[in-house]
Amino acid sequence: MTLLGLALAILLLGAMATVLLSRPGRSLSWLGAGAVAVAAALGCVPAARVLASGTVEQWRRPWPVPFGEFFVVLDPLSAWFLLPTLLLAALAAIYGVGYLRVWQGRRALGPVWFFYALLVLGMALVLLARNAVLFLCAWELMAVASFFLVTFEHEREAVRGAGWVYLVATHLGTAFLLAFFLLLGRATGSMDFTVWAATGASGGGLASVLFLLAVVGFGTKAGFMPFHVWLPEAHPAAPSHVSALMSGVMIKTGVYGLLRALTFLGPPPLWWGWMLIGIGLTSGVLGVLYALAQHDLKRLLAYHSVENIGIIALGLGVGLLGRSTGSPALQVLGFGGALLHVVNHALFKGLLFLGAGGVLHGAGTLEIDRLGGLGKRMPWTAATFLVGAVAISGLPPLNGFVSEFLILSGAFNGGAQLGGAIAVSLLAVIAGLALIGGLAAACFTKAFGIVFLGEPRSDHGVHAHEAGWTMRWPMLLLAAGCIFIGLAAPVVVGGMRTVLENVTGLPPAVVRTSLVAATGPLAWVVIATAALVLLFLALAVLRRGLLAGRRVEESVTWGCGYARPSARMQYTASSFAEPITTLFRGLLATRYQVQRPEGILPARASLATETPDLCRGNLYRPAFLQANWGLSKLRWLQHGQVRLYVLYIAVTLIVLMAWKFR
Amino acid sequence: MPGTNIILALVVLTNLKLLGSSRLGASIRVVAAQGVVLGLLPILAHRQELSWYFVALAAGTIALKGGVFPWFLSRAVREAEVTREIEPCVGYSTSLVAGVLTLGASFWMCTRLPMPETIASPWLAPVSFFSIFTGLFLIVSRKRAVNQVLGFLVLENGVYTFGVGVASRTPLLVEAGVLLDVFVAVFVMGITIFHINREFDHIDTDRLSTLKD
Amino acid sequence: MNTASFIPPLLALALSPLLPGLINRTKAFFAGRRGPPLLQTYFDLWKLLHKGAVYSRTTTWVFRAGPMVGLAGVLAAALLMPLGGVPALIAFPADFLLFAGLLALARFATVVAALDTGSSFEGMGASREVFFSALAEPALLVALAALARQAGSLSLSTMLGLASGAPAWRVAPALALVVIALVIVLLAENARIPVDDPDTHLELTMIHEVMVLDHGGPDLAFILYGAALKLWLFTALVVGVVLPATGPAWWSLLLTAGAMLGGAVIVGVIESIMARLRLVIVPQLLVGAGALAATAFLLALK
Repeated sequence: MTLLGLALAILLLGAMATVLLSRPGRSLSWLGAGAVAVAAALGCVPAARVLASGTVEQWRRPWPVPFGEFFVVLDPLSAWFLLPTLLLAALAAIYGVGYLRVWQGRRALGPVWFFYALLVLGMALVLLARNAVLFLCAWELMAVASFFLVTFEHEREAVRGAGWVYLVATHLGTAFLLAFFLLLGRATGSMDFTVWAATGASGGGLASVLFLLAVVGFGTKAGFMPFHVWLPEAHPAAPSHVSALMSGVMIKTGVYGLLRALTFLGPPPLWWGWMLIGIGLTSGVLGVLYALAQHDLKRLLAYHSVENIGIIALGLGVGLLGRSTGSPALQVLGFGGALLHVVNHALFKGLLFLGAGGVLHGAGTLEIDRLGGLGKRMPWTAATFLVGAVAISGLPPLNGFVSEFLILSGAFNGGAQLGGAIAVSLLAVIAGLALIGGLAAACFTKAFGIVFLGEPRSDHGVHAHEAGWTMRWPMLLLAAGCIFIGLAAPVVVGGMRTVLENVTGLPPAVVRTSLVAATGPLAWVVIATAALVLLFLALAVLRRGLLAGRRVEESVTWGCGYARPSARMQYTASSFAEPITTLFRGLLATRYQVQRPEGILPARASLATETPDLCRGNLYRPAFLQANWGLSKLRWLQHGQVRLYVLYIAVTLIVLMAWKFR
Repeated sequence: MPGTNIILALVVLTNLKLLGSSRLGASIRVVAAQGVVLGLLPILAHRQELSWYFVALAAGTIALKGGVFPWFLSRAVREAEVTREIEPCVGYSTSLVAGVLTLGASFWMCTRLPMPETIASPWLAPVSFFSIFTGLFLIVSRKRAVNQVLGFLVLENGVYTFGVGVASRTPLLVEAGVLLDVFVAVFVMGITIFHINREFDHIDTDRLSTLKD
Repeated sequence: MNTASFIPPLLALALSPLLPGLINRTKAFFAGRRGPPLLQTYFDLWKLLHKGAVYSRTTTWVFRAGPMVGLAGVLAAALLMPLGGVPALIAFPADFLLFAGLLALARFATVVAALDTGSSFEGMGASREVFFSALAEPALLVALAALARQAGSLSLSTMLGLASGAPAWRVAPALALVVIALVIVLLAENARIPVDDPDTHLELTMIHEVMVLDHGGPDLAFILYGAALKLWLFTALVVGVVLPATGPAWWSLLLTAGAMLGGAVIVGVIESIMARLRLVIVPQLLVGAGALAATAFLLALK
């Protein structure tokens, strides 16, 4: 525990140091990144230890805040989320040193690192806190620090707008969390998580209300649909290493919160699992469809985060169904798949955002339709992006396949054995996950293919340059992580034993046997992967041998006899996604602006598509306009005279006193 | 304790004078006097358990409230070149009557509150509440910014009175914090008044409401 | 893992190029022609393996690796498919997920290699390919779910060949629907009419053909062989559902091999009597397959 405290202290000191010292930007960046890296290294040790042994470490100090207590506990669930948080924070920080170098002369970098360290500190505290007041303070710290990071380029109007959307959304979610904690605190009489886990609210109305509050509150942070509207705005607006951190780990604190909340509530009724499955399906399918319709690489990745959160929600739903029906296999597979996907997503989404940052850094734009051919100019970035793309599409042998395999195994298991409505819902999970996987593969072949392959479609791509080594190493390490989890899947899943005991509450022997039923198939998967690699190598050798004595020439791509093919004739991202977006146009509501070619020898024509977020346009915008109309009636209260505001305060005080003294 | 009661009576009188006065220079001097008088309160209220703590507190309070604040506010008034308050929302006579009524209400209220045993005088709580209400009244009813700062000072005096009189050992942090609060507030207000006057050629906070959108 | 498990992959490796030959011969028969020899695919593979290669300057290592990854994926998937009651080399609960995953990996590699050429033709094919496969995956998995429910087991080696199990009248409706769904998925995944025309060389109508337009020599041999193997695997899946696994192993293997060839003939017949669907109708077909599979699942719920 002391190591962890030391890590947190280093984060705080690093934050203060970067903002108080005035040094040239470069050494400031190294100071900030170094502090985060050291803190991460220190913090990972106790986390790994707790995960391996299952013991719980805690630290408790009184705090003058009413109802508050500085109570932090490191148990396997917190440790499971803490590890990817710290690792990705460190890697993204190192990446940020190189990425922010462009801004060195133009802007003070101290505040960026200050808020970055505070964000990591806030996330770590959220994962460790066991007192509701401390949790909420850390939650707010996380939100505010990330707000300032998102609005780093505040001179751009789009970034300012994104910052506001983010701030409002996160506070709306926090309001629900506040209600959740207040209700639970009033029911049990304490603000202590361990008390809540022991007694909790079981049965009937209160538990259901609490569940709904938790889903909305934590779901806003996680990015469930329809609370996701801030994600596609905030993540693209932030600098790339911050986007990686936010998409990779910050939204997972929402998932952590939901899991922790589930430990406070008693045995779940069936509709909880169904609700999460419903949310998972909508987030997953709609998320990937919106991703397919985007033109900006980071916005595409942000919508993909929504989709992956949907997959995690599907796993949670399957696990909850297992808990409701008392099937340990379903619980272990469902929760196990969801938890593993949390780590996997942190790895490959972090990798992809860092890659997008490399593209922005090297080529100067993120518009997919203006890029192309970057694979030759940025080979390392392209290779790691490819690893990320294969991983996120859930293809063997990488890690995305393993977590989706677990969730699908659970669904198939339940679908084959359980009865009635549950089997049908699990069938929906199966069909949904298959569709999501297929659409994700479509989306990432598009993203990787159009950006990195082919020829540059505009000048941006022609003069692109590769990222420096500070930017390359984190991407390589993350790619290695994806490959490692894919190849060592049985070991990794076996290592989840302590977390699963924590989350499912099943006795250790049951968890062990269910886990063996999961790791056995995974061992076969690894064997098949080994066979795949061997076959690939054999084919490579065969091909080399066959081509050794033959003529191998280079020429142009076959153009079917076009006299002057140009790079603009290649398929664009919009064209690639057009069949899918047309099929689902009811859900996407894409707006087309067409200027058709006219005349016999047309000179110009143009097509622009825009896919605004349906939830934002049809759900939130009318609601906020209505609220604005209603609240503007009260505007007469704001007359700008300070002394009348003091009068309001005084009157309220007097009224309260009079009421108390009656 | 007779000494304490004399001080409390002086506080009441100064408050009433503030409510009825229209001249800014006189108001500042009255508040300064109130501050000095209240500075003596810790020593008189805890005559038995006198310690360096109380002496230091008294000295610091007298220095700040009797010296620094009035000097600073007088300088601000001189820069802004105002001598009189313009017609406030509530007329001076009405203010005086309201003040007396408030004093009565404070006395009534304190009969309803449970008082700690160690309180220095039975008049302490009512007078401190009276100061608080007077301060709030001044802030709300006066239009000149300087008067509002004076109201804030009176408000703090009321809180201070209650605190010093009740406890024999309030946490140093609370006392120092409150004092620091006021110190900073007065300085900020002083600077702000100067700047408001320079920018708008008046320190009438009502006319500042045109700044709202 | 007994030694008999080596037979299904070996049979697949040896006999799969026979299937496209059979299909072409059947189509020729329907068209009143003689058609190419049955072993034509073998001759094509031999010819291609002995050629050199031409690579476009636009392409990178992705283009060169694509066919190898594609074939490796399909070969690894062949290790998972049982045949005629003989269990596969690699069999475990939910192994069909790995099967689908490996085929998806092969498809990903082909699509990415196609985009590497920077040609709009390949882009067109790639776009349609990912579109149709995104809709075919759910149908495949739902059909497998129905099959798993019916068989009560989760491994391909135990799910197939189950027609010998429960009484036919109860099992038949669900299985029939599953078979129809799987046949539609087979036609979609293997670029057969009515989804795609393997014989056309008009750019606007190709899907699989156009994706491999720039490959040549050994690369094209790998792709051709991979396509034949994939067809074999999907046919084995359908045949495994239809045919009971009775009697001694050699008899059921022989029967199954014959059924595979018969399946190829049936595909040829379907290709001859149907026309290619408009591309906007294909999604409806695939969703229909999914719906049929879901119905089969619901029927199996009882």
